[in-house]
Amino acid sequence: MSDIPPLASPAGLAGDPAVLRGMTRRRVGPGRRDVFRMAGLSALGLALAACGVEGKKAAPPQQSDVEKYWSGKTRNGHVDFASWPLYMDPKLPELKQFTERTGITVNYKEVIQETGSWFAKIQPQLAANQSIGYDLMVITNGIQFTQLVQLGYLVPLDHSKLPNFAKNAGEAYKRQAFDPGNVYSIPYASGITGIAYNPKYVDEPPKSIADLWNPKYKGKVGMLADTQEIGNFGLLLIGVEPEKSTPADWERAAAKLREQRDSGIVRKYYEQNFIDPLGKGDIWLCQAWSGDIFQKNLSDGTDLRFVIPEEGGTIWTDNLVIPKTAANPVDAITLMDFFYEPEIAASLAEYINYITPVPAAQDVIRRHAAEEKGDRRKELEAIADSPLIFPSEEDYARLHNYRSFSNAAEQKQYDTIFQAITTA
Amino acid sequence: MKGSRLRAALTPYLLILPGGLWLAIFFVVPMIVMLSLSLQSGNIVDGFAFTWNWRNYLDGIANHHDQMIRSIGYGLAATVITIVVGFPVAYWIAFRGGRRKNMYLLLLLMPFLVSFVLRTISWQFFLADDGVLLGPLKRIGLLPEDFHILATGTAVVLGLAYNFLPFMVLPIYVALERIDPRILEAAADLYANRVQTFLRVVLPLSLPGVFAGVLMTFVPACSDYVNASILGGASNTMIGNVIQNQYLVTQDYPVAAALSFTLMAVLLIGIFAYARALGSEEVLEVTAR
Repeated sequence: MSDIPPLASPAGLAGDPAVLRGMTRRRVGPGRRDVFRMAGLSALGLALAACGVEGKKAAPPQQSDVEKYWSGKTRNGHVDFASWPLYMDPKLPELKQFTERTGITVNYKEVIQETGSWFAKIQPQLAANQSIGYDLMVITNGIQFTQLVQLGYLVPLDHSKLPNFAKNAGEAYKRQAFDPGNVYSIPYASGITGIAYNPKYVDEPPKSIADLWNPKYKGKVGMLADTQEIGNFGLLLIGVEPEKSTPADWERAAAKLREQRDSGIVRKYYEQNFIDPLGKGDIWLCQAWSGDIFQKNLSDGTDLRFVIPEEGGTIWTDNLVIPKTAANPVDAITLMDFFYEPEIAASLAEYINYITPVPAAQDVIRRHAAEEKGDRRKELEAIADSPLIFPSEEDYARLHNYRSFSNAAEQKQYDTIFQAITTA
Repeated sequence: MKGSRLRAALTPYLLILPGGLWLAIFFVVPMIVMLSLSLQSGNIVDGFAFTWNWRNYLDGIANHHDQMIRSIGYGLAATVITIVVGFPVAYWIAFRGGRRKNMYLLLLLMPFLVSFVLRTISWQFFLADDGVLLGPLKRIGLLPEDFHILATGTAVVLGLAYNFLPFMVLPIYVALERIDPRILEAAADLYANRVQTFLRVVLPLSLPGVFAGVLMTFVPACSDYVNASILGGASNTMIGNVIQNQYLVTQDYPVAAALSFTLMAVLLIGIFAYARALGSEEVLEVTAR
């Protein structure tokens, strides 16, 4: 107890002239506490201002940049590859072949679930010039792809290292609007967004996007939550080509989509998991990606159907790109080129059921079919003949790209308009 | 002597150091970063800069007040359900649990050994339009063909209530468990019947537990986004989904941060009003129990 100093008596305190002055006179100017408070606030203000998020727009690369990047880079015998679920046979036959032939080992991880969250994950590391742990990744053309390019996060490709691509890639895949000249990317697979339906519940096969507005299917229609996907269908419905659409068109398309939602026709806006509800009958028809329907039918024996609407559908491409901080870029580009051998492309397409960028794969699959018997033969024949895996020229003519944006403000305007539909 | 005095003086600071550092690094710093972000302008490509951009708050509220109000409504509804369902459970375990009390508590916590998302997805199967529950009921004509629970606000509220139920039961259980049985005997001695004992003795003594349960249920339920995205439909978006979207899809970090702060402010005001109404001045102490 004796350690504690005795409390000053109130009388003693009041007797102190300084305290008396403090208690009786009006204060002029800030007191000590106020000074501390202000100092604290301004420190907070400084801290607030110091937390900006850096971004920087990169200039398009010159030929010299390509040479500068690739000169002196050599094979290291390993590549880390980030991909999407179900984008390769789980036994990885193609990668085993690759390792046998080149001696390069591949660490293949299906870690990308969604372009947006993947971008959010890798962006800080790329901005800080740190490795993201992967040398090769699959990015869908769209907003994030453009941002990766604009921020200079992707390696410009050395086409002298891509002989198979030059020889075997379909012409359409060499002149894609989102990456003309394949400066940063080559396609891994493409897919079509159209309408899927469950014939168990839908008697009359849907033919057009307008069928998704049919009140007969109230509460049984699924749409995609992605602003680009839903925007495209709205625009195609009102007869506007998405690639050439204007903000006024977006508003009109959004009004149509809002009408569809508010009349209770749309059950839900799906991020990607529309396939199970479609199989179970929770929804009867929906906006869907072609390959998912095929895969579901093959794996679960369902009988779901897919159509490209008469107004047109959307074509999108998943692209192979090398992040700028890749540790093994030469091994990565070697693998990219390997995917363009017709045998390998055919083998990939047989499993993933999306459009392969290598047209010659069709004959390879036909040959595989001829070598097989029974059900597997039928499956392979179906794949080789499917317009959803090898679309004809006419099919391609009906397919539209996503709207691409010239600047961030335009993109934000588009997103705001269509997000108001999907997150109501 | 001197050394022990110094040690005695330092002990409280040393004890608070790990927790304090943890809070400073993982709570205060991120909060300042977020607060800063909520007042910035720009975009991901050109970068964001601090500009006292209060518009983020105005835009956020103007565009998403519907989802904000809906979230609070869903959160309230779920909280009420957890009280109604959870109170009897806690009461039964505390007073009738006997020797097996611990086992009942374990049973209550059992679902938590399975991932939150997985449990919610299993509800999706259970409640499917033509699934285990609704399928047979529709076949025998008890329910109309187009009846569905999934993709409605009801499904979201039920999912929230289910997922947060143990957070309500446990604090109520703790409060009831602390009631001295002699108090109940005293009530009986004073000719209180069962209903009177419950209303005038048990219920008031359990209120701190209910209060803690409400905090632990209402706040996370309002900001949840998993239930709405898995069980909800086209018009059941909660504010958590909007914030997630703004971060990951639109990459409008400032608006997302502003919405987060708005939500936090609304919830804090709500909680303090609630604490006042309940007459519980020592909110934090009660919650800490």
